[in-house]
Amino acid sequence: MLLIRCPYCGARDESEFSCGGESGISRPLNPDALSDEQWADYLFMRKNPRGAHQELWNHAQGCRRWFNVERDTVTYKIAATRPIGLKG
Amino acid sequence: MKYSAFSLLRNAFSYNRKWQPAWRDPEPKKKYDVIIVGGGGHGLATAYYLAKEHGVQNIAVLEKGYIGGGNTGRNTTIVRSNYLWTEAALLYEKSMQLWEGLSQDLNYNVMYSQRGVYNLGHNLQDMREIERRVSANILNGIDAEIVGPDEIKANIPAINMSRNSRYPILGASLQRRGGIARHDAVAWGFARAADAQGVDIIQQCEVTGLKQSNGSITGVKTTRGDIMSDKVGVVVAGNASVLAAMADIRLPIESHPLQAFVSEPLKPVLDTVVMSGAVHGYISQSDKGDLVIGAGIDAYTGYGQRGSFMTIEHAMQAIIELFPRFSRVRMLRQWGGIVDICPDACPIIGKMPVTGLYFNCGWGTGGFKATPGSGWVFAHTIAHDHPHELNAPFDLARFSTGALIDEHGAAAVAH
Repeated sequence: MLLIRCPYCGARDESEFSCGGESGISRPLNPDALSDEQWADYLFMRKNPRGAHQELWNHAQGCRRWFNVERDTVTYKIAATRPIGLKG
Repeated sequence: MKYSAFSLLRNAFSYNRKWQPAWRDPEPKKKYDVIIVGGGGHGLATAYYLAKEHGVQNIAVLEKGYIGGGNTGRNTTIVRSNYLWTEAALLYEKSMQLWEGLSQDLNYNVMYSQRGVYNLGHNLQDMREIERRVSANILNGIDAEIVGPDEIKANIPAINMSRNSRYPILGASLQRRGGIARHDAVAWGFARAADAQGVDIIQQCEVTGLKQSNGSITGVKTTRGDIMSDKVGVVVAGNASVLAAMADIRLPIESHPLQAFVSEPLKPVLDTVVMSGAVHGYISQSDKGDLVIGAGIDAYTGYGQRGSFMTIEHAMQAIIELFPRFSRVRMLRQWGGIVDICPDACPIIGKMPVTGLYFNCGWGTGGFKATPGSGWVFAHTIAHDHPHELNAPFDLARFSTGALIDEHGAAAVAH
């Protein structure tokens, strides 16, 4: 069971959260200007790193806000949790 | 090496120290005609079919750990081909037909037991989807039936058929030719057969880089030195993105933990495979007597080959809902794999943007059943530098064209 420190509520069990995958992906402002490959890159392609990962989590059974988590995908150790928009 | 009751007895008396190795442990050569990266079931099958069906002589399988130590050794051993869409159904059916002759072909008992696979329906929508999938299977020449509650109770006495349960069982699809096989045996069977065809199986050899020149593959960098080849087939399951990054290729893959468990051995209580999408668990009983149980992936990405305890609890809830009498059975072992999840729950098998580089990945939670079929089509793709018609629809380009093949329903494992 991961222990995740929600920036708003404090440390809670993993079972209170839902995982949103890789963070830092912005929806393109002008999708019509993109090629099919560029649009596919936005929709589907992911870094999926072995190591440090920047990911989104939602405190689904608490404050229901999204926030960023930096977690190692091999050790599962959480290095930091941050509100959206704040750099580490 | 001939195995017999006499050889068992003879070797028992010499403390089992004199068995002949079933495959060689060669030093890597400087150059091969084909390098297969990944020594799991799919990679070993690919090497075997490259040698046997396509006459390729000089093949190496590079495995960073020990063969079959990844997802091949960590699955719940279910084999079936009852997928919805024609493209997927035909690929899994090809694999099932290879399973049916595999022990004979490899001269190694893979213990393929066609004891049937039930996919349960718990509500009207489940039953409609079952009707649709069974019809689709029949149209594609794949055996499929719908069974009602009476037949389910007769064939699976231990199952909870109470109409008062939270998710009552209304019916099921049944593929009689489906069943289970011994996962380790598949790896070892393909390994021994490939080695006999001259394939070099190189273990403890991790690929750390892909070497290119002018847009073509020239070889690999490994922890045991550089090895040259004009053809490199990468089939590393959960580590697909790691290898793809070595050629600056992005994949639509996310690698998640998938846990599984076996119970203490029991007397025979379940002689078929039961899967429930809604209640979310799947179970069979191995020949050793242990219940083999699996459920959904852990939600976060992970390469740790382990997951969270709450996932174990969810799996147990599902099994006890279906089989209340298992509530006091003790779980004996738990483990995890790294499953390469693809957005449409279908694999990516084909050529990459670098000439001579081929990837076979994205099987996610459903790769074990495809082991022989995956190797067979991947071998064809590498040998001919062109996909077989069975794997042509499963290209990386489908994510740009939109031609996704959505098999989340038939995959029957929560993503």
